Amino acid sequence: MHIPDGFLDAKTWVTLDVVSAGFIALAVRKTRRVIGEKQTPLIGVLAAFIFAAQMINFPVAGGTSGHFMGGVLAAVLLGPLSAVLVMSVVLIVQCFVFQDGGVTTLGANIFNMGIISTVAGYYLFRVVGHLVVGDGRRSVAVFVASLLSIVISASACAIELAVSGTVPLGVALPAMAGVHMLIGIGEGIITVAVLGLVSRVRPDLLEIEKA
Amino acid sequence: MDSTVRRFVWGGFLVAIGVALLLSPFASKSPDGLDRVAEDKGFLKKGAADAVCPAPAPGYEAPWIATDWLSTSVAGVAGTCLTFGLAYSLALLIARRGNRSINS
Repeated sequence: MHIPDGFLDAKTWVTLDVVSAGFIALAVRKTRRVIGEKQTPLIGVLAAFIFAAQMINFPVAGGTSGHFMGGVLAAVLLGPLSAVLVMSVVLIVQCFVFQDGGVTTLGANIFNMGIISTVAGYYLFRVVGHLVVGDGRRSVAVFVASLLSIVISASACAIELAVSGTVPLGVALPAMAGVHMLIGIGEGIITVAVLGLVSRVRPDLLEIEKA
Repeated sequence: MDSTVRRFVWGGFLVAIGVALLLSPFASKSPDGLDRVAEDKGFLKKGAADAVCPAPAPGYEAPWIATDWLSTSVAGVAGTCLTFGLAYSLALLIARRGNRSINS
């Protein structure tokens, strides 16, 4: 879902560059309050894992592929604002080293995949976790939040394309939301699997103080 | 850092390297969700033809390696290490400034 240069008009990408920069500044301030010797290396290793996992495109219907995003994984482990930092580092490396996502649209990509997916994903995880009861409720909440985080990010992307005059909203929104529903199922499965592994190896990491 | 956290971090890092090294050559080459929509709805051509800022390894391929799968693997491992280094450094920097402001 990395938007290349040229898809967004100047008013849209400039606005999102400013908004994302503001969020990153807020994330740095909040993270500073809780960061301890557990969070520091975790931030590094989560960013590395998410970068690597994002390279693995899996096929979805009709000659289309998708890949893991990782916003909910990072948010559940670190809290939504520290997760914003993790995702931003990944997106910055992808943009400047691998030309995945445009330079002008970096703010838009950070907004969609680094901020919306983590913040909305985190609160969806909390809300669904309260609504569901039973043993598997954590997994259900993670799955639902992961799936919806992808669909919400894709919808934000569609809105940005429409505001830029690139494609009408009525065309972009159903198309983007539809295909990312399928990709979101993959996101849900991977996030549940990875968090399941973490909770078996180091359950305490799910309980660290979050920002 | 206590030793069990260190072990978890090294384990996680090795998993990330393994994914980048061994799985990346098998990644689907089909267009992703946004590219697919751009192609179907006719706005793919709006994408800038030339890079705004030249990148060293466009498309996750190390340009100095001719073999496709190896090129992708090397780019993946390099990117994973770089991402780890940048994120960890940023976290250390934030932690140091955080502790200083608490002490002062």
